Amino acid sequence: MKAEIKSTKKIIRFMINDQAVEAEEGWTVLETARQYGIHIPTLCYHEAVTPSGACRLCVVEVFEGNWSRVVISCMYPVREGINVLTDSERVKNVRRWILEMLLAECPASEEIRRLAAEYGVTSTRFEIKNPEEQCMLCGLCVRVCKEVVGVSAITTVGRGVHKFIGTPFGKPSEVCVACGSCVTVCPTGAMQARLDRVRGPVTGPR
Amino acid sequence: MAQTNKSKQEVWPTESLFMSPEMLKAYREHLLAEKDPNRPWIIVCHGTGCMANGSVEVAAALRASIKEAGRNISVIPDIKTTGCHGFCSRGPLVILQPSGIFYQRVQPGDCKEIVQTTLIENKPVERLLYKDPKTDEPIIHHEDIPFYKNQLRVVMHNIGKIDPTDIRDTIMAGGYEALAKALYQMKPREVVEWVLKSGLRGRGGAGFPTGQKWLSAIQAVERKGGPVYIVANGDEGDPGAFMDRTLMEGDPHAVLEGLIIGAYAIGAHQGYIYVREEYPLARKHLSIAMEQARKHGLLGTNILGSGFDFDIQIVRGAGAFVCGEETALIHSIEGKAGEATPKYVFPAESGLWEKPTIINNIETFCNIPLIINKGPEWYAGLGVPNSTGTKVFSLVGKVNNIGLVEIPMGMPLGDLVENIGGGVPGRKRFKAVQTGGPSGGCLPYELRDTPVDFDSLSKAGSMMGSGGMIVMDEGDCVVDVARYFISFLMDESCGKCLPCRLGLKSMYQILDRFSRGEGSVSDIDDLYSLAKAVQDGSLCALGGTAPNPILTTLKHFRSEYEAHILDKKCPAGVCKALITYWIDQEACTGCGLCARNCPQNCISGERKKAHQINEALCIRCGMCLDSCNFAAVKVV
Repeated sequence: MKAEIKSTKKIIRFMINDQAVEAEEGWTVLETARQYGIHIPTLCYHEAVTPSGACRLCVVEVFEGNWSRVVISCMYPVREGINVLTDSERVKNVRRWILEMLLAECPASEEIRRLAAEYGVTSTRFEIKNPEEQCMLCGLCVRVCKEVVGVSAITTVGRGVHKFIGTPFGKPSEVCVACGSCVTVCPTGAMQARLDRVRGPVTGPR
Repeated sequence: MAQTNKSKQEVWPTESLFMSPEMLKAYREHLLAEKDPNRPWIIVCHGTGCMANGSVEVAAALRASIKEAGRNISVIPDIKTTGCHGFCSRGPLVILQPSGIFYQRVQPGDCKEIVQTTLIENKPVERLLYKDPKTDEPIIHHEDIPFYKNQLRVVMHNIGKIDPTDIRDTIMAGGYEALAKALYQMKPREVVEWVLKSGLRGRGGAGFPTGQKWLSAIQAVERKGGPVYIVANGDEGDPGAFMDRTLMEGDPHAVLEGLIIGAYAIGAHQGYIYVREEYPLARKHLSIAMEQARKHGLLGTNILGSGFDFDIQIVRGAGAFVCGEETALIHSIEGKAGEATPKYVFPAESGLWEKPTIINNIETFCNIPLIINKGPEWYAGLGVPNSTGTKVFSLVGKVNNIGLVEIPMGMPLGDLVENIGGGVPGRKRFKAVQTGGPSGGCLPYELRDTPVDFDSLSKAGSMMGSGGMIVMDEGDCVVDVARYFISFLMDESCGKCLPCRLGLKSMYQILDRFSRGEGSVSDIDDLYSLAKAVQDGSLCALGGTAPNPILTTLKHFRSEYEAHILDKKCPAGVCKALITYWIDQEACTGCGLCARNCPQNCISGERKKAHQINEALCIRCGMCLDSCNFAAVKVV
């Protein structure tokens, strides 16, 4: 594995779950973990776009000296000498609560239910507003539209608990090319139902 | 008098450009010499609080009364409108100088009497004097009032003395002296060294050492090149906090001076002051100050003839609380939505347009001129080791003296509430003090000896925050308090990361159930565990600190949570679902006042006979309790 890193970049040595690992300077903990086949769950992460750190499922606990803190592995840059625990109690506590809250937020998502069950979460104690909801606002669709397609047809609208994915002024977007990239990257399938609202009614060849 | 003023102004036009520190000094000396030493002046507070209470009308009435009195007054006093004096609960405030006679809650109708009794007959107007709530004794002079006497006003030394819209007042008070000293006698690195040595820590919340922050920006520029930006964060959004507002409104030139010195230290040529939308007066005063400073060559190109260029732009916030967070603020200035990004790379390295950016709080910048003027050793001597200097707090809630206070770091919490705040009304002891704004923790009376400094407060589970301080007494329910702050933060969360957006909503749901007496003891443990998850998992400091009110109240007041769930009772008598109002049949005189005030019309009874409340219709608004003059309305 080590021989594969052929680069002039500095090599960073650290530990994941007490296993010695090596990474190039500038890599994130998640990238390194995936290189070594160590599983860290993610929802809002995709190789094609810059990470945003929204879903927080990829949290890990980083130990450095005599203190530790919980960080997100998708953005935390590797550092010499740290020890990363991908499944510590603190980490599991964060993931379990997020998943239980997601069961109430987007109960219709198969993916969320599967992931929650992995962590032993099968029901939620929180109020379910919309049983049909699948979107958890991870923002992957927005990022792919901006960074890969390059049109920014969709965006998050509003703030906090009122936030949703939409188009400017709530009208079908004029810049949407109906490429479907947003549907492809969506981890829960929520974008499928929204696509028609984004691109507008199909009126035949223009 | 007016004649001489005019002729002198021709020698020193108000817009004269200072091309050297000597010119600034000469102008100051000229202004001081021009000032009539025998002319008294009357200070009328024009802070936002006093203005809301009619201080503009008071100033006008004073002018009119003085004019009317005419020749009966030997020397016509100057009326000076200043920034906030801090004693907002007593506004509008009027102080006569040089005597220092302090009048509170002055109304336009009182002005004639002030002129007659004080200006002509030289006696104080008894009824307008401040009375000590502990002794009931009237206090004549401003400096003898415990609220002021026990403070140490360093950062706010000019506020309430100068007219913030007139740069001449600032210059007479020694403004921009520190800038001249920094530009002409110090190298940029020396300025940073001094700030480091002073031990100044950021006043915005996290308490990061300011000098170290500046140093990392300088190193980032050396590594990857400039430009570097400097930003003053005036997006003060905590409910009930107004430290930065007072500084911007009352001494805008101190903000500018600190910002310019900071820019010189790190080599910035463009700066921003981010002011929240809700502070129109602060923006106005800052704009006036910037215009005046530019005209005098204190801002813009070739500052004080030193060859250093720096200019400032004011950026208006759009009403989002989260934009006080550094990364969200950066996005907001860039014109993007105010959402936070993880800070694994600090803004000092990659901030505005991915360039090194220094963001400091308004109060932090106001400390800089003091450090340059008086030296880092002097500054480090204030406060306690590791938390040097003073801190401005807005003391609100159940205290006698509500207002803005500045104290040396390390003062015990109880002293602040008792000596400066004048204690809790009704001579009760306080139940808890919440420090650090909505996401601060509640410290109980038992922790009253906690020194108010960065490290002691965080050790106690709270934080310094930007300086909000809310005092609570037995009439405040901790479940309700936690519920209120969580609901505030839930509304203000940017919604980007799940632990904050969903966690706050879920914690609110649990607290709301508690306030209705629903839930079980295991729910308390769940709330604790969820709060920990939100603390660990959130992206920025808003979510990371949001569980503090819950975690600290659970630690210190767990029994009150249990009372709600197990006994279905709210010990403080606040949570509506758990309380009942009833009328003490012995004490009720049958005056009928409560019945007339009741919006539900559910209080009945014959005249001059004891009344009753129909519990089925009662909405527990508390109007009857507030209106009863005989303490006959009770709540359980």
